[in-house]
Amino acid sequence: MKIAVCVKRVPDMDVRFRIGADNLSLDEAGLKFDINDFDAWAVEAALQLKEKNAGSEVTVISLGPDVVQETIRKALSMGADRGIQLKADKVPFDGLAIAKALSEELKTGAYDLILFGKMSPDSSNGVVGPMAAEILGLPCVTAISSLEIANGKGTAKRELEGAQEIVEFPLPAVLTVDEGLNTARYPSLKGIMAAKKKPLEVKPAQIPAPQITVRKLELPAERKAGRIVGEGAAAVPELVKLLQTEAKVL
Amino acid sequence: MSNIFAYVETRGPDVRKVGLEAVTAARMLADKTGAGEVHALLLGPPGISAKASQLGQHGADVVIIVEHANLANYNPEVATATAAERIKSGGYRGAIFSTTAQGRDLAPRVAARLGVSVVTDVLSFEVEGDTVVVRHPMNIGKVIATLAISATPAVIAMRPNVISPAQNAKAGKVENAQPAIDPSSARVKVIETRKGTGGKLDLAEAPVVIAGGRGLKSAENFKLVEDLAAAFGNAAVGATRAVTDDGWRPHSDQIGQTGRLVSPELYIAVGISGAVQHLAGMRTSKTIVAVNKDKDAPIFKVADYGIVGDVFEVIPALTEAVREAKKHH
Repeated sequence: MKIAVCVKRVPDMDVRFRIGADNLSLDEAGLKFDINDFDAWAVEAALQLKEKNAGSEVTVISLGPDVVQETIRKALSMGADRGIQLKADKVPFDGLAIAKALSEELKTGAYDLILFGKMSPDSSNGVVGPMAAEILGLPCVTAISSLEIANGKGTAKRELEGAQEIVEFPLPAVLTVDEGLNTARYPSLKGIMAAKKKPLEVKPAQIPAPQITVRKLELPAERKAGRIVGEGAAAVPELVKLLQTEAKVL
Repeated sequence: MSNIFAYVETRGPDVRKVGLEAVTAARMLADKTGAGEVHALLLGPPGISAKASQLGQHGADVVIIVEHANLANYNPEVATATAAERIKSGGYRGAIFSTTAQGRDLAPRVAARLGVSVVTDVLSFEVEGDTVVVRHPMNIGKVIATLAISATPAVIAMRPNVISPAQNAKAGKVENAQPAIDPSSARVKVIETRKGTGGKLDLAEAPVVIAGGRGLKSAENFKLVEDLAAAFGNAAVGATRAVTDDGWRPHSDQIGQTGRLVSPELYIAVGISGAVQHLAGMRTSKTIVAVNKDKDAPIFKVADYGIVGDVFEVIPALTEAVREAKKHH
């Protein structure tokens, strides 16, 4: 089976972000970057399929400047076979522009399965996977939390509001991965050494003109400081009164 | 011409609250772009046409009804083809979707088919000449982006609960239409639907969300949270990632960076310390209440009202008090 996984390099979210002087980008000083969690689960899913299907190959694709090679190498050190960097100065916000650039590469690969994380926390838009599926004309299942492939057919579970759906789909297909599908493996030392010798091809990205532009980034207004109403069950009457008279939600 | 399209989500025979929000948002956008019409698309099982008047009351000039026996559940391929075809032929200035599991699946597919981009999780929008300007949270809500959409139609998916469904009666003229593709021809087939544990109200839509964390100590003790939700009557139950990772609750109940985003009127955090990953999913809630035995828990920094105490003592007392308060309403 030929599997492609599209991965993104994202900053660690557990920080206080600063806006750059241009008000259009983040100040990246001090930020730590790694592979998007959802994408790491997509890589893990691909590797598990590879282990079950002899002769499979897992290709990892990332769009962006040369620093994304680190992200690709991380996936290679987990066990992916080869990487492709679609080289671009920066990754636009516009999900259609990203999906088109990735699809240009994906359509040449004759992949049986194309995996994406369901979203990335930085842009928090979550549209690239299903957009690529449409561009490629492939069946698509988003936000899957289980996956089986057998006899050229896939079965996946996806969470909808208040329900879970089990769906069946033909290959080739595009899937986006939700939390709960698996736990991503850590690269072993052997994996890290092996990754250094795995092929990583660099190609220029063909990004169309974006239809969405960032006008401004800002930090959200801080919530105004709350208060401790009291301690233990004795504080409940006062809380209820505040919810009724002040917050007016009861 | 500045007509606006709205996709109305359904659940079985009912219109979801987010569907009414979409029509309300479309009405706002139509008015901002200059006296355009709102055309609402409603896909559902036979009988869904009975809901058309409800959409008219919320500002739809035209309601396009697509009834089919196989459309009781969301069918991505039918919804994509039908919405895309209608938007293309209707020449709309904007198209409104909802940022739900369904909308997150549908809006990008429709937009891609139309060759335009899309912004999801939109908090608010304005029209500036040929551009629709939206606000969209990034970096798990720690950064707010103002984005300019130059494409026509401007496709946006609203965050649930940021726009209240509003009455604004319009004609609601019914047009009957067919699904753009035969539902049985869809390549992806649903072979089973399992009901979730979350009850009738969806987390993203519920006006009140009660969420439980590790402080509850076991899956069984989520009964306390469920009882409190039942006392409110309009509440959904959520959980932290620690809890869903431990299997106490399904992943679909997880509120946070990698889970669901909620912004209810009232959010009650029960035994939740307030890890950054959790705060990302709920910090835009209008009123936040926290109950935790650790007075230094970070959740108290975002809570409007906090009670320091044992959840096993405070929550039953709160449940009783809410029940009483509701009785006297």
